[in-house]
Amino acid sequence: MGFLHRNRQLTPYLLLAPGLLWLGVFFVVPLGFLAYQSLQSGNFDIGYSFSWAWGNYWTALRDYHGEFIRSLEYAGIATLLALFLSYPVAYWIAFRGGRWKNLLLLFIVAPFFVTYLIRTLAWETILSDHGFVVRTLQQLHLLGAGGRLLATATAVVMGITYNFLPFMALPLYVSLEQIDQRLLEAAQDLYASRWKAFVRVTLPLSLPGIVGGTLLTFIPAAGDFINAQLLGAPQNHMIGNVIQSKFLELTDYPAAASMSFILMAAILVAVAAYARAVGTEQLTGTPV
Amino acid sequence: MATWPKRDLLAAAWRFVRHHVLTLYSFLFFAYLLLPIAIVVAFSFNHPTGNFNYTWQGFTWDNWKYWDGVPGIRSAVVLSLEIALLASLVATILGTLIALALVRYGFRGRGATNILIFLPLSTPEIVLGASLLTLFLNLNVVFGFWTILIAHVMFCISFAVVTVKARLIGFDRHLEEAAMDLGANEWATFRKVTLPLIAPAILAALLLCFAISIDDFVVTYFNSGSLTTFPLFVWGAARVGAPPQVNVIGTAIFAVAVIGMLVNVLVQMRRQRVAAAA
Repeated sequence: MGFLHRNRQLTPYLLLAPGLLWLGVFFVVPLGFLAYQSLQSGNFDIGYSFSWAWGNYWTALRDYHGEFIRSLEYAGIATLLALFLSYPVAYWIAFRGGRWKNLLLLFIVAPFFVTYLIRTLAWETILSDHGFVVRTLQQLHLLGAGGRLLATATAVVMGITYNFLPFMALPLYVSLEQIDQRLLEAAQDLYASRWKAFVRVTLPLSLPGIVGGTLLTFIPAAGDFINAQLLGAPQNHMIGNVIQSKFLELTDYPAAASMSFILMAAILVAVAAYARAVGTEQLTGTPV
Repeated sequence: MATWPKRDLLAAAWRFVRHHVLTLYSFLFFAYLLLPIAIVVAFSFNHPTGNFNYTWQGFTWDNWKYWDGVPGIRSAVVLSLEIALLASLVATILGTLIALALVRYGFRGRGATNILIFLPLSTPEIVLGASLLTLFLNLNVVFGFWTILIAHVMFCISFAVVTVKARLIGFDRHLEEAAMDLGANEWATFRKVTLPLIAPAILAALLLCFAISIDDFVVTYFNSGSLTTFPLFVWGAARVGAPPQVNVIGTAIFAVAVIGMLVNVLVQMRRQRVAAAA
């Protein structure tokens, strides 16, 4: 401790060193290796060698643009669904929850306590061909006699929506909870209708939560492959499924690595476009 | 004239619905959130006749009695617990140190550090897993216990930092200054004042990391070699039909987590009541 006392400006660096070293070696350096691998050519048997093979990227886009677009599409729809489904509930807990707020939040995060794969398998049970959901829909003629839910895009999007809902609901709740109720009273004193007060006061003030929740939902959803694997058919496969099988089954590392980078780039572009639309100060303003 | 009361009733019902539409919707939403959980719990008591645990066949305690009756499930659960315990411990220590540095000290590179903490949280898991895989492949590292542990600590650190940081920001520094004024040195102040005050946040970080680690599938799938954690076991079992024992373990994990959270919530509510009364 005497040493620290004499070198106070060193203390923060000593505190940071172990953790940042870990992140550097096992997060940043691996990204470098991934980039390196993505520009290699060859095959698994003769080995891969670095050759600035940018062609890997073009091949990936040519052969799998369908999966890339589908990933963004499913993730986008699921994110919107999660937003519209959970906003009213986050609002209700924040404004009407009273002393039960924490208990009600427990309901929101409850799905997280069941292993991800197991809760997705539960959806497989719920949506299965002889389950009550399919039978009810068939009786209501919303679904044809041989109609299915499992192995469809609907099932995959439903699974993604459910699995990432708490990521949306929690930031929404946090931003709504911080709103000063007196602002709403002021709006109503100034003859704003309840709806107008919501649109002009509550909604803009909850924007940081909407932005945070959207990103926290969209990013993992775009890279997901579990829902497409367990609830979808091969034609519903997302880019995560392709990356996973190229890496672990086909051992085509350069192709898989280049696809991982395209996925990251696609997400960055989507997030940047979104940031432009809602205003960048909302993005950088969220303290994480 | 006889229709008047009926119309009143209708109007009253409509008013009730209008007033409570948000509440009704919220309860429906909770039902939607809890439905799959109810299925998981219920099917842990199912008595399936074939390979598939999809349709309800009958009630039995057997799956709970013989929870490790399926080959491989016991070792998978044990491995998951070991990894989660070690990873949450290491990640929480590293994360707490980073949080202390970020909140307590002004230093060059603070912005970059914040970005480095934030990046793993905003990278898709599949990219985290894939990049670590290429590192280990290129360095000819043997996949197994250590590669899984390294991966879990990596993605847990950021969560630990964020959790502890939140508590440190709302921390009253005067308490530490008071301790120093009374002659305590820096280390004694940290041990006797700072640590007890941020202990709840450290515990929360520990539990959060444990929960994330024990649930992780994607990153582990890329870096486990031939070892099987519990989520990997579920993945393998799902291809041929998951046995009800999977639901038993899932229910057990859920029950432990919910009871822990409930105790925490109730303690908080009690504290609020006491504070309100005082």
